[in-house]
Amino acid sequence: MHVPIGLPWGLILGALILWSLLAFASLFIPKAPRIAPLIFPLGALGALCVAAAGLLALQGPPVTMVSPLGLPGLPFHGRMDALSGVFLVLFGLTTVAISLDLTGYRAREHYPVVARIGVQYHILLASLTLVFVAADAYSFLIAWEAMALSSYLLVVTDHHTRGARRAGFLYLLIEHIGALAILAAFTILIAQAGTGTRLVYTFAALHASHPDATVAGIAFLLAFLGFGAKAGLVPLHVWLPQAHPVAPSPISALLSSVLLKVGIYGLLRVTFMLLPTPAPWWGLTVLTVGLLTALLGALSSAVQSDMKRLLAYSSVENVGLITAAIGLALLFSAYGLKALAALALIAALYHCLNHAFFKGLLFLGTGSVLHATGERNLGRLGGLIHRMPRTAFMMLIGTLAVAGVPPLNGFASEWLILQSFLKATALPRPYLAMGIPLGAALLALVAGLAGYVMVKFYGIVFLGRPREARLAQAVESGPFERAGLGLLTLLCLAAGLWPAGAIALIRPAASLLTRADAPITISEAGARVDVAHAAYAPAILWVALGVVALATVLVLRARFSQAPRRAAVWNCGHPVIGARMQDTAEGFGQPIRRIFAAFLAVRSHHPAPDDRVPRYGSVVEDRFWEDLYRPAARGFEAIWAWTAALRPRRIAISLFCVLATLIVLLALAP
Amino acid sequence: MIAHLFMRQGVQILFVLAMAPLLAGWVRQCRAWLANRAGAGLLQPYRELLRLLRKQPVVPHEASALFVATPYIVFTTMVVASALVPMITIHLPLAGAADAVVLAGVFSLARIFAALAAMDLGTGFGSMGARRAMLVGFLAEPALLMVLFTPALISGSTSLVVIVRQLARHGVILYPSMAFAAVAYVMVTLAENARLPVDNPDTHLELTMIHEALNLEYSGRYLALIEWGAAIKLFVYIGIGAALFFPWGIAQGTSSAGLAIAYALFSAKLATAGAGLAVIETVFAKLRLFRVPEFLGTAFLLAVLGLLMRYLFGH
Repeated sequence: MHVPIGLPWGLILGALILWSLLAFASLFIPKAPRIAPLIFPLGALGALCVAAAGLLALQGPPVTMVSPLGLPGLPFHGRMDALSGVFLVLFGLTTVAISLDLTGYRAREHYPVVARIGVQYHILLASLTLVFVAADAYSFLIAWEAMALSSYLLVVTDHHTRGARRAGFLYLLIEHIGALAILAAFTILIAQAGTGTRLVYTFAALHASHPDATVAGIAFLLAFLGFGAKAGLVPLHVWLPQAHPVAPSPISALLSSVLLKVGIYGLLRVTFMLLPTPAPWWGLTVLTVGLLTALLGALSSAVQSDMKRLLAYSSVENVGLITAAIGLALLFSAYGLKALAALALIAALYHCLNHAFFKGLLFLGTGSVLHATGERNLGRLGGLIHRMPRTAFMMLIGTLAVAGVPPLNGFASEWLILQSFLKATALPRPYLAMGIPLGAALLALVAGLAGYVMVKFYGIVFLGRPREARLAQAVESGPFERAGLGLLTLLCLAAGLWPAGAIALIRPAASLLTRADAPITISEAGARVDVAHAAYAPAILWVALGVVALATVLVLRARFSQAPRRAAVWNCGHPVIGARMQDTAEGFGQPIRRIFAAFLAVRSHHPAPDDRVPRYGSVVEDRFWEDLYRPAARGFEAIWAWTAALRPRRIAISLFCVLATLIVLLALAP
Repeated sequence: MIAHLFMRQGVQILFVLAMAPLLAGWVRQCRAWLANRAGAGLLQPYRELLRLLRKQPVVPHEASALFVATPYIVFTTMVVASALVPMITIHLPLAGAADAVVLAGVFSLARIFAALAAMDLGTGFGSMGARRAMLVGFLAEPALLMVLFTPALISGSTSLVVIVRQLARHGVILYPSMAFAAVAYVMVTLAENARLPVDNPDTHLELTMIHEALNLEYSGRYLALIEWGAAIKLFVYIGIGAALFFPWGIAQGTSSAGLAIAYALFSAKLATAGAGLAVIETVFAKLRLFRVPEFLGTAFLLAVLGLLMRYLFGH
């Protein structure tokens, strides 16, 4: 090793070794079930190490290392800077909660399944860590591929069902389209940077090679496609709503909280730290795709009736918000407004953290609901607040955070995103200065829709009456699950109440990417965050709310203290009340289907006047299946049919054709 | 100094608490006069609140803690929201803790709790009301933000205090862009406060009610808190409108004479706005639910026009 390893690398290496050992040990779970209760808590310990390493990386200067691994002459390079730090903290903290939850999950699954999850999960964690610390194209792609494959295997944990296999295949396919695009982006950069026979493949050298505008533009587009596929940007978001419902809930949480953020991480790493100063059209592209993703994600989540699919679309929406903020940061840096770019980046990274916490919380919570009821369909749930009060309370916090209301964390980052959108008036082009505040209005619509979706989600799952008789047997989740949920709830509260802390944490990363400091001032002992004289002080707001609530309760208790009388529901005097009279998930989605019909592929079935048994129904599909994927699939099938017809019948001729092509290509090479 | 600050804050909160029912009574009385009725008098809302507070509340068997907590949460958020708006003076300790966007967020917190509590009992009316209230809410939100952007761009900040200080400095002129924003704001206010033509505050007609469907199961002091909270909400919306579009007379200094004038002027603004609201509610009929998106879309477009005007002509 060329550099003596410091504490951060020690922690990372420790976690990697621990996880490798745990992955290996998991193989023996079926033989020795007694080791099973240890595996996942130890994994959480490794995640804690990674989070600590990330914190250290955020405090100090970037640390690099050259590992003895790799091909001869092509060693792996590692680098931990502030950007890696933010994502390591996000990954580490969320993973602690997910590992705790898996400890409880383990208790209710068959040992072979647990063993499989144990192996693949820890390999995934190790490869994720490597993605965040890789500092050359070669090791980055290896870690990327390891991550893709191990997460694919986790998605198809339940491989006996056809749905899981199909969803897994779609995930693998889009993952690899993305990986190919990333490979192509790196290849272009490496090809233009190459001098003689020396292979330039480290990120630092690629950045120093200064590709010209065309090459950089092509590399940017390819990288955006590749990382966008991972992050779930439109139109490559279709794997999310398929893969999330079939994966085990803790794995869905990991997919949504961390794996989507890997796409964001890659996008930031390549566009800000590999490529030269961005051109304005890059930012505009990213911004447009981000806004479109956010809107479609929000609309689609409003019309879902599977709770995990609803949350998956909500993740699409949040990734869209993050991407839009990144697009804005690219635009600002294209026009040299570095401080504002740093502001938009802080907003984006802050929302990454928040989304990891609250979406992890909601997915783990749905896991508990799924375990307690065996039901994913919103139409068969209800009234769980009486059966699972603690889970319901923690889910309420998560729900409010997703809905983006103060004083929780979702609001804090959306507020920052909005503030950076308002700063777009500083852009020198009138059409941008005028158009981007309209984008902010779209953000407001998306935020409002998120509130609608979350009322639907929480109201239908936890409130009201149980829609099925067997929901009465639902029990509260176990202690490990509750610990995982509790940790994420605390993180949501902390990140919401103390935005100054989160911003201070993220600030070095934004400064590293833009070489400027964001115009955010923090005052009043860290309680108040100011952007251009507009302030947000959630802690003060909490205190004010608390004081007023306390005063109200005390005054009412002193003067008007009659104990309430319990009685039957009034309901405008309608005597018959059944669980079927409540609004369904479909009913809740109906206004959205009607108002935004143009954005959704809705197929409704209305009864004819002479139907014996009238049947109502409507199916909502992703428009992109109808408008993009099916035509594309038909086109490819046509091409394949054509080439199959052309193909010679004898293998020798095929081989000859391959050889001939190779010779022609070699002859053409410069 | 700090004690003074908090005293002013406390006085403004008490002013809002005391005056909000009067505003509600004033709007009702104006509507009665316009319809050639005698009306119940300005003090009727106080009598109603007192009666509700004294009554024993009834809570359904199926209610969870959320149901009982919601009236307190709604009332509290409305009171805190009223403390965030510089209605009388710009020297408020809490007004610095939140800008206009946070204020919109605080309102949506209350709306979400009200909707969740309506779904808690699993009644058809409750869940339909929750759905409709959230629908109107999320459609109004972009329009409201667009309205806020115009003054925010003129003053360079989304903080209401900064906006008031900047706009009041320019003297009594109305920017053309602000005129568009003001019309849009009135439309948003009607929608957010469940007033005609979006919702009729006086009806329990099952097919059309929105706001009333959310409180169907509340009684006694819980209903009192919700009604009082709704009155404060209307008050605060008028206060925001006054701060954005008619900021003149809001005390910039700390003299007690200035404060007294500010209180008097603000009361006059309230009375005018209340009378205007009564006229609107008398003239317009209720819209069908699926016309509401068009209504709020119009508000949004007007706000966008104001914004474009600001860019194109700089006014």
